[in-house]
Amino acid sequence: MAFAAFGQNTGPSAKAPPKSGRVAWILLLPGLMYLGLFFLTPLFSLIITSLQVPDVSGEIGRYQYGFAIENYWLVIESYWPHIIRSFTYALAATVLALLISYPLAYFIGVKARRRPLLQGLMLTLVIAPFFISFLLRTIAWKQIFSNESWIVNTLQSTGLLAGDQYLVGTPFMVIFGLTYAFIPFMTLPIYSTLERLDIRYLEAGADLYASPVTTFRKITLPLSLPGIISGTLLTFIPIAGDYVNASRDFLGSTETAMIGNVVETNYLQINDYPAASALSVLLMLAILLLVTFYVKRSGTDDLL
Amino acid sequence: MRKFSFGKYALAIYSLLAIIYLLIPIGYTFAFSFNDSVKSNISWRGFTLDKWTGVCNQQGVCEAFANSVLIGVISTVIATTLGTMIAIALVRYRFKFRSAVSLLLFLPMATPEVVLGAGLASQFLSMGTQKGLLTIIIAHVMFCLSFVVVTVKARVASLDPSLEEAGRDLYGSPTQVFWKITFPLLLPGIISAALLAFALSFDDFIITNFNAGPETTFPKFVYTAAARGIPAEANVIGSAVFILAIAIVMTVQIRTSIKQKRLSK
Repeated sequence: MAFAAFGQNTGPSAKAPPKSGRVAWILLLPGLMYLGLFFLTPLFSLIITSLQVPDVSGEIGRYQYGFAIENYWLVIESYWPHIIRSFTYALAATVLALLISYPLAYFIGVKARRRPLLQGLMLTLVIAPFFISFLLRTIAWKQIFSNESWIVNTLQSTGLLAGDQYLVGTPFMVIFGLTYAFIPFMTLPIYSTLERLDIRYLEAGADLYASPVTTFRKITLPLSLPGIISGTLLTFIPIAGDYVNASRDFLGSTETAMIGNVVETNYLQINDYPAASALSVLLMLAILLLVTFYVKRSGTDDLL
Repeated sequence: MRKFSFGKYALAIYSLLAIIYLLIPIGYTFAFSFNDSVKSNISWRGFTLDKWTGVCNQQGVCEAFANSVLIGVISTVIATTLGTMIAIALVRYRFKFRSAVSLLLFLPMATPEVVLGAGLASQFLSMGTQKGLLTIIIAHVMFCLSFVVVTVKARVASLDPSLEEAGRDLYGSPTQVFWKITFPLLLPGIISAALLAFALSFDDFIITNFNAGPETTFPKFVYTAAARGIPAEANVIGSAVFILAIAIVMTVQIRTSIKQKRLSK
């Protein structure tokens, strides 16, 4: 919803005579300066840190300015599995979240339209997970699927899992947790486009002897595309950078570590700031490339 | 026709299952806040209200919670003020470099949290800033700002400018017009933006973890505790916040629907 909102109606509203000049900048400057100081400068700071070299004193965690482009090759060499894993998990979880969210958003936005009470209730339930700590929710899944849980016991006794196989710590579990955590981010933007969908278009499709499938493919789906685009971006980006689900204390293990986990370990535990920064810069670049490409391909250039 | 109605039920059932899936961890967290656990809160050991009545007996939980509320309130006030000003300028004024401004507002929302967190941390590191409450608040205002702009902007765009014109026609000064007409009309949008900002701040872990230093927040407490098992008192705080938030959302929804009914009469 956030992404879509920036694309629409960016100009002054048609009704108001646009005022120009100083007042606009008085209103804009404090906020923009804030973002300049605490969003843009940190990004540059990250690039500078990523090129630093160890301090001459040789003390651990001390670095000095340098131009060590090789830092980038080193992190790619050491962490390419984590980079690939992050994007694979993010892709899988985004697709799963879309499959779960689209029918749900369709039901709330189209089928429940004539029952405002049901619609309101369902929307509240969709955003309900936001109101309880993200970490507590993730821990709840860990315990529900823990090694001693009845779910794992049942799977083992039916032979779906081998006796020494468990769920927590596997890629399956991490993707499951990531999908769960970001479903509301997918459902809400799709809902907000479907909610505005004119039912008469669907009726017209049916009147012209189109099968429900054709009507969906030719009318509903294209009209809800902006919602799908915002939804997939709003899920994919945070998932690619997440490190809670994949963490060893939550749903993952060392075999499921993603870019975020590597950045956290390098930054906060080993104090290898250049490596952590180089990885962050790579992640940011990959996301920016992806967003630009994706937005161009889907034909909504006005998004950025 | 029969096939069609089957499809309708299938969709309803699918949606119901999806909603249940969304609610399972909430129910679990709530249920285990009543668990008579000793150290770790993993297996069910019987019902007790002790964790609710004595939340603060667990070391660190209440301090972390109070910190989170303090950080949330301060960050929300700053982010909402700055964001509302930007939203008004975006909708109501013509100015140069509009697309650059939009891009600058959009980018923080498109940047993964690790990057935001590590970026700020390296800036604080190079400036030699001591990490603590202040650095957490700086970080929270930064990532809440764009979300406030988006939320308030929608409200400004739906505002009828003729109401403000009427105010000016009646010789209201610009300040009077703003505080007596514009602000009250924008208030619902500002309130929802503030609630969103508070929720984002209160639940943030990733960016906070990079910029908190020795300071703790509720999510940071939970993350640290996860290694040895999270105490049931954390579930109590989580459940209490959940109930409060749901109550606020319900009240807002009921109030708007009553208002709409009154207007449609």
